Amino acid sequence: MAVSRTSLGVGLLWIAPWWLGFMMFLAIPLGISFYISLSEYPLLQPPLFVGAANYSTLAVDPVFHKVLYNTLLFSAAFIPLSTAAAIALAILVNQRLPGQPFFRACIFAPTIVPLVATAVVWMRLFNPETGPINETMAAAGIDGPLWLASPRWAIPSLVFVSLWGVGSPMVIYLAGLQEIPETLYEAARLDGANSVGRFRHVTLPGLSPVILFNVVMAIINALQIFALPYILWDTDPGPERAGYFYTSYLFDNAFRFLKFGYASAMGWIQLLLILGLTAFVFAVSRRTVYYRGA
Amino acid sequence: MTRQPTGYTRAQAAVARRARAGQAPSATSQFFIYAALTIGAALLLFPLWWMIVVSLSSPLDAARAAVSAEGFSLIPTDPHWGNYPAALEAMGARKWESFYDALANTIVLCTLTVIGQVLSCSLCGYAFARLRFRGREPLFILMLATMMLPAQVTMIPLFILFRTLGWINSLAPLIVPTFFGNAFYIFMFRQFFAQIPEALVEAARIDGCGYLGVWARIMLPLCRPVIAITAIFTFMFFWNDFLGPLIYLQSEEKYTLAVALNSFRNQYGGVNEVHQLMAASIVTIIPCVALFFVAQRHFVGGLSLGAVKG
Repeated sequence: MAVSRTSLGVGLLWIAPWWLGFMMFLAIPLGISFYISLSEYPLLQPPLFVGAANYSTLAVDPVFHKVLYNTLLFSAAFIPLSTAAAIALAILVNQRLPGQPFFRACIFAPTIVPLVATAVVWMRLFNPETGPINETMAAAGIDGPLWLASPRWAIPSLVFVSLWGVGSPMVIYLAGLQEIPETLYEAARLDGANSVGRFRHVTLPGLSPVILFNVVMAIINALQIFALPYILWDTDPGPERAGYFYTSYLFDNAFRFLKFGYASAMGWIQLLLILGLTAFVFAVSRRTVYYRGA
Repeated sequence: MTRQPTGYTRAQAAVARRARAGQAPSATSQFFIYAALTIGAALLLFPLWWMIVVSLSSPLDAARAAVSAEGFSLIPTDPHWGNYPAALEAMGARKWESFYDALANTIVLCTLTVIGQVLSCSLCGYAFARLRFRGREPLFILMLATMMLPAQVTMIPLFILFRTLGWINSLAPLIVPTFFGNAFYIFMFRQFFAQIPEALVEAARIDGCGYLGVWARIMLPLCRPVIAITAIFTFMFFWNDFLGPLIYLQSEEKYTLAVALNSFRNQYGGVNEVHQLMAASIVTIIPCVALFFVAQRHFVGGLSLGAVKG
């Protein structure tokens, strides 16, 4: 029997919420945003077309360079670490042992803590004088760093706080692990593969589509990180602006300095950066990701 | 038992048996697995535990803890439950009122956005899965592509749009867009709807159901898991959302809990009120934890649906 076939009109009516929203909240704003990025627009006066001036100012803005550098450095540290930690934890909680639901819940628990609360508690934990981290290190005879207030330790601190949310990629890897057929491991064992060989030749290829998904999501999220650094460093991004990140600067430009044109230009560069990196990852994945059944 | 082929050693047979049984690790590796898991879980839970302990300590202990960890116990021997009402009372400029307003705003925001997302995304997901019309595939791909766009790039035009509409300092800029779908949830609904047997739809059609009837009476009741996932994720997102409320909400009586907690931190971030700050933070976590325990399998199912089954 033929499947339901309808006219374009009826189809469009059904998906009207999506395309109306797409036009109103995405496509048209995207176009306007590009125009604003080519203008000087202090909100209260109409936008004044200035061509590529915002972009050329960005090219020589030292603060922009700093936030871009910080954001890329954070992403470069966070994405591999979180991928490795999430896969390792997923493999551990995937072992058939009693008590696993408890461990899974423990690892996932931090991910449901609201970001504001997360920032609040880590600010206290990182306190160089009185926080439990440095107290513990002092007890072990180590002089702890200034963490958030230290230019060297600011980005590692943010990586630690972000790694606290390792539970959500971990859960996705766990589901991916459970999709790998047990027979493949059995075959690898009979062929004499040890645990390293099984990980290298069965687990990694089987998990590769999930790794691709998680890495792409991590790139998109890491390059946009906002709430955590914005609260952790508040209005003071620390010495040498070590705690100042891309979206924080964009937000400040837009809503504190009311430089809408400049902020829009930053938004467009961020968009291109994300698209470019995602495209790069997909291009690499063509040769490294293994799709079962495809 | 089948006869074993020659050259098939006993060790190999044991290995194969263990593989079939689902590879129970040896005692030594069990020890290391448990050790690694315990350390990992302890590290991840410590901040939460520390938060609870501080929230229950006396103002004096909390202040002392903020100055030095000496004599600060990690087990609350003398819990000061009174910190909680005290924190909520002091959450804003107006006693209790500020907290009640923030709570009410957050509940209104979460309820309406959940309704908006479930309605719009299930409708669109159904159409993308079950209605054949020209242009459906390109539109679907376009929709998926929009998932990659960072919100910041449209932030300013949207702010101007909502400002022109006079919606600044209200929840409308956060709520209204959810009634126009979300690519990720539409995608999930579509994947789910596509699996429902056509025969079921045909039967309903023969019985005189229109497309809308099929959607409401056949499809929606069948896709409770996706509805649950969409509802939970939307709830969690808006309960936690910081950037949106920070842009659009200006006066205190419009704040959501996330923004109210942040301004509470700004006001009372001093050493003397750590216990209250932690208590207030825990109050904002409680609904999320409760939701997690009620709907644990949906959290996990939802996170993996897009990645693994997609």
